[in-house]
Amino acid sequence: MNLIYEGLEKAINLIINIDPEILKISILSIKVSGISTLLAIIIGIPFGYFLSISNFPGKKLVISLINTGMSFPPVVIGLLVTITLWRSGPLGFLNLLYTPSAIIIAQTIIVFPIVAGLSTASFQQIDKNLILQILSLGASKIQLFWILIREIKLPIIATIIAGFGGAISEVGASMMVGGNILNYTRVLTTATLLETSKGNFEMAIALSIILLLLTFIINLILTLIQQKKI
Amino acid sequence: MLKFIFSLLILFLLNIYAKDFNTIILATTTSVYDTGLLDVIIPIFEEKSGFKVKTIATGTGQALKMASRGEVDIILVHEPQQEEKFINEGYGINRKPIMYNNFVIVGPENDIADVKNATNPIDAFKRIAKAKTFFISRGDESGTHIKEKKLWKDAGITPDKEYYIESGTGMATTLQIANQKNAYTLCDISTFFALEKTISLKILFQDEKNLLNIYHIIEVNPKRFSTVNNLGARVLSDFLISNECQKIIKEFGIKKFGKSLFIPYNK
Repeated sequence: MNLIYEGLEKAINLIINIDPEILKISILSIKVSGISTLLAIIIGIPFGYFLSISNFPGKKLVISLINTGMSFPPVVIGLLVTITLWRSGPLGFLNLLYTPSAIIIAQTIIVFPIVAGLSTASFQQIDKNLILQILSLGASKIQLFWILIREIKLPIIATIIAGFGGAISEVGASMMVGGNILNYTRVLTTATLLETSKGNFEMAIALSIILLLLTFIINLILTLIQQKKI
Repeated sequence: MLKFIFSLLILFLLNIYAKDFNTIILATTTSVYDTGLLDVIIPIFEEKSGFKVKTIATGTGQALKMASRGEVDIILVHEPQQEEKFINEGYGINRKPIMYNNFVIVGPENDIADVKNATNPIDAFKRIAKAKTFFISRGDESGTHIKEKKLWKDAGITPDKEYYIESGTGMATTLQIANQKNAYTLCDISTFFALEKTISLKILFQDEKNLLNIYHIIEVNPKRFSTVNNLGARVLSDFLISNECQKIIKEFGIKKFGKSLFIPYNK
């Protein structure tokens, strides 16, 4: 029990005194996971939209593949990205392995199915008659997209929350493709892992608390936006 | 899909700066990394040379494998036999000793296997097997793991699965597991000193001659892999054997742990 109290005490100290190293790690975490979530949203929501309004053979297969992707283990994605980015791999010439960009790529791939899958379901829930009505008034597919997005604002923000949660809490892929390099690719989750293995439990607890706090604050902001009446 | 590819392309373009020859990728063992030695040396090297070093902590086996695919530029490892094989196969050049320490057998203070009174490392392993007590193995083809397997082989013992636990993790994590389970393990003395304050395990057996552990730096052969940054590797290698760096190695740990963790090769 002592350890937990000591950990809490140290954590509070580190947070109040704004430890520069922890600050750097935290900012990198938010940056990396924020960018990946953003990329996944930019690709995933339109993907879900087009998937839900179009009809083609194999549509159900695509949806079930996306749904499978939602529970794809991050380590597997990490391994795939690592192999691709190896110097001897197909994209090795880009020299991206062990950079923050590599983590962004891996996290985007992890978050994309979550965003795409959940937004497909949200779009599909919209009354077909509403869509027909909007289209009969002469709206283009793009205009329809923006009108529908407003209709399903609540589940879309829930989707973003789920996506960001998937990115910031992920550790296996970040470790593999980022390499946990100090001041460069060390994010909150991989730093926690390292400090635990080194036996610096206070530091590990401090990092965990910061991770929880950050996730809470970001989700709180998103939830406030979500619950605000238009 | 087009958008997906497009976004990735933008991402790559933004990161072309990552593709420069100022970056050196160093693969090293967890036993060096977990002590924090590189956190001291690398920033000094980066400042002096202008190179940026990406340190990847892994086992010696994995480091050698990555190097023999040209994925890294230079390795700092500790398994003589595999290192020699690596050089003979033409993957590595300029192997130089940097520093050394020794392996120790650590275990619970009450020492039910009576390892304390062992006459040599093989005898110590025999005692552990005989006492039917837990032994934690790295199980990751690292230098330490290979040494441990060799000791079991020399002792003519196949460890009893019931008492033999493969952790599959780095040295520090393995020590933590051994600590929680009150088990024995083979550890390099540097990692043990770095973690001594957080665990209750004790050094029970030391043998500086038979358990000597030398760390070598090896450059990956640029003739084999055109993508390797050999200039950077050479500069780093030269820095590690320089008097300045050897002095840092000698003094590392005195302030934080009260003793040197590694002995520099050129004293």
